[in-house]
Amino acid sequence: MSSAVSVSDDVRSGRRPARAVAEQALAAVGAGDGELRAFLTVLADEALRQADEVDATVAAGRDPGPLAGVPVALKDNLCTRGVATSCGSRILEGWRPPYDATVVTALRGAGAVTLGKTNMDEFAMGSSTENSAFGPTRNPRDRGKVPGGSSGGSAAAVAAGFTPLALGSDTGGSIRQPAALCGVVGMKPTYGRISRYGLVAFASSLDQIGPFATTVEDAALLFDVLAGHDPLDSTSLPSEPEPTRPGVHEGAEGVRVGLCRDLVDDCAPDVVARVHDAAEALAKAGAKVQEISVPEFRYGLSAYYLIAPAEASSNLARYDGVRYGLRVEAGDSAAMNTATRTAGFGSEVKRRIMLGTYALSAGYYDAYYAQAQRVRTLVMQAFDRAYASVDVLLGATAPTTAFDLGSKVDDPMAMYMNDVCTIPSNLAGHPAISVPFGTGDDGLPVGVQVLAPALGEATMFRVAQAVEAHAPVGPTEEAGW
Amino acid sequence: MSPDAPDAESRAPLSREDVVYVARLARLDLSDEEVERFTAQLRTVLDHAADVAALDLSHLAPSSHPIVLENVLRPDEPRPSLDRDEVLAGAPAVEDHRFRVPRIVGEAP
Repeated sequence: MSSAVSVSDDVRSGRRPARAVAEQALAAVGAGDGELRAFLTVLADEALRQADEVDATVAAGRDPGPLAGVPVALKDNLCTRGVATSCGSRILEGWRPPYDATVVTALRGAGAVTLGKTNMDEFAMGSSTENSAFGPTRNPRDRGKVPGGSSGGSAAAVAAGFTPLALGSDTGGSIRQPAALCGVVGMKPTYGRISRYGLVAFASSLDQIGPFATTVEDAALLFDVLAGHDPLDSTSLPSEPEPTRPGVHEGAEGVRVGLCRDLVDDCAPDVVARVHDAAEALAKAGAKVQEISVPEFRYGLSAYYLIAPAEASSNLARYDGVRYGLRVEAGDSAAMNTATRTAGFGSEVKRRIMLGTYALSAGYYDAYYAQAQRVRTLVMQAFDRAYASVDVLLGATAPTTAFDLGSKVDDPMAMYMNDVCTIPSNLAGHPAISVPFGTGDDGLPVGVQVLAPALGEATMFRVAQAVEAHAPVGPTEEAGW
Repeated sequence: MSPDAPDAESRAPLSREDVVYVARLARLDLSDEEVERFTAQLRTVLDHAADVAALDLSHLAPSSHPIVLENVLRPDEPRPSLDRDEVLAGAPAVEDHRFRVPRIVGEAP
């Protein structure tokens, strides 16, 4: 198996041509993705052309960058100039953005090879990738199960060994939950640390782009390439980021870890057991593990499912059949807007738009939306209190292992419960990472979550790597990239 | 939807009429079957949110963002914008380098 770190080392040193790496990745996608459907678009010609450029740079004695020749898959809500970007929606089917997202530009600058665009729940709304207008992605560990979501295509692409790296977006857990269900590493950075320019907006105060990888070190490598200020994103943090990868292997000795009951207790017993195993492993590795309770987290789910739909109802107002994507003609402009949106949006998107519109409407704004924003303050203060006594929090990523395709699509509340452990970090804008740690009773991967305060990525990666180092041999090691 | 609506816990549950009204605001056309289904589903979500609506948080300020947002300014210098033709190429209908839309106001009587 080749990590991104080893691919990059091999390509930079000339031991392995980037073209051979790209050909291997494309062959793997060609052989396996018919069944999985992790990709909506495969960029075969472009990937080979980028790989040739990397090889030419190496041949000329120059450094192509830290991701030299490393394939990366992109969630289909990241804008790629001239390449279809659908967000898993009929309303944007076939739309080709006139610009690249800042992360895409950064990947190219680092020598990465963009392999294609991955499947997702429509506009990133969902926890199973079944809300894609183009059909679901299957979990590579068990094809009858969902890969999680909304970044299910990116998680599956990494888990299937199609690519060592992928990018997703995480609004309420959409990177970490599919990472847990597919048995890979997935990380949401501090809000504002990675530019959102060119990420199609869902809930702007919660959305963050982040990496999928097979190892914590690879996730740190990709994070380091993308972190930094971007004048094109007004919420981008101005401070210069410290590189995190150099410290990834420093271990967890002396780190104060809070095993957070409120992120564990309501999970399935096999998930609870793995989180406790991980806590024990950290203690053996020298971390100071203590149990901690943050009862305010229990209100996060309700607050999130008012705030995110409210922001979505505003952000998705732009899909009106005028400037991009689908138009369904019908009489005057207002009738055309309605016909277009009715035909172009799927059920979950309609549900959230209506929920958000309701929460923002006169008479309900204070009781629902403003109240949810106060809960957000409550959760942020609760985090601050917790981080006064510990450096990181440890919990589950998802309440269960991967569930059956079709089992929750008709029960939105049951689907929303998937996000209960991941939402607090989005509300507070904090970084968090899911690391595979053994399996559940069904043999499917379990993810353990490490949460850190704002800009605490370096410590978070260190602890996550210590968790990874002590994980039972799991499916990730069998991925065979 | 009265402006002096009671607390969320004591208010009437979401009705079919609420869903029809909200769908119209959001420019969505729902079938009768969809109105039924969405009413039941949204009611479940709002019932769950009753835990939050019932909290007394009057002592806390609402947070719209996880970070303090400050106005961001850049030097007022000319720079290239997106390519016009490339932008218009993504539009469903274009005329004379502009987005073409159907009639916006009704014809004069």
